[in-house]
Amino acid sequence: MANLKTGDPAIPFRLPGVDGREHALDDYADRQAVVVIFSCNHCPYVRAWEDRMVAIQRDYAPRGVQFLVISSNDPEQYPEDSFDRMRERAREKGYNFPYLYDGTQEVARAYGAERTPEVFVFDRDRRLRYHGAIDDHYEDPNKVRRHYLREALDAVLEGRQPEVAETPPVGCTIKWRPASQVAR
Amino acid sequence: MTVRVTFLYWEDCPSHGEALSRLHEAIREEGVEASVDVVRVDTEEDARRWKFVGSPTILVDGEDVAPAEGLPYRLTCRAYRHEDGRISPLPSTEQIRAALRRARETSGPTTR
Repeated sequence: MANLKTGDPAIPFRLPGVDGREHALDDYADRQAVVVIFSCNHCPYVRAWEDRMVAIQRDYAPRGVQFLVISSNDPEQYPEDSFDRMRERAREKGYNFPYLYDGTQEVARAYGAERTPEVFVFDRDRRLRYHGAIDDHYEDPNKVRRHYLREALDAVLEGRQPEVAETPPVGCTIKWRPASQVAR
Repeated sequence: MTVRVTFLYWEDCPSHGEALSRLHEAIREEGVEASVDVVRVDTEEDARRWKFVGSPTILVDGEDVAPAEGLPYRLTCRAYRHEDGRISPLPSTEQIRAALRRARETSGPTTR
């Protein structure tokens, strides 16, 4: 269950990106909307959806929408989610958004994210307007009936509350560090 | 001959129900006699014991419907590459049907 509900303010963060820079939520204060997506490399749901993530960012960038995609997974358990492998994935798939590494997992915990991919859409005032899945068919983009993320962005950019503000995120669980490592 | 099918899943991956439906659909479409064992994999020890490379995994007479070499045995969601190149968390119905056909050809005609 996410810690944020509709209308709550975004939780600030500053994280390293695969582009070698640090990215903070405040760096994008001039954008009309910011989309925070918890993601990772290894999850097949992410792999099924990631081309659509790239396409949606491409389509909405001219309208002032910024994606910030975060991997919080423990790379000790899932080596394909390491920072080096994140850098490779971003290059291979042509990620057109910052791909950020939440090594302490504090951002995922603050947001209450549980799955990858899991989407949070924030409006101009950085209030949560949509939380959940990208659309209703992870397996086949041609069978999508509800484009939840696109619909939410269209609404937010027109100053409306999205018709659907919440859907269950569908994907892999975030791979948390063992408690013994967190305590160190 | 009855084909032995083992359906292995990890509860954390959300699509195992859909995968099981797809398996039953494939069995019906191929018209094979099959016994299906559904096995829930809960621990890393279970994963090693079952040589489980991700959820869902479907074995037909012991053969993986999408043989995967070199993957570690662990609790994870599994990625399948479909015939059209797309990545999916589920095997396609055609991948399952092809595995059922291979098993049928190996073991002879069904009793139906």
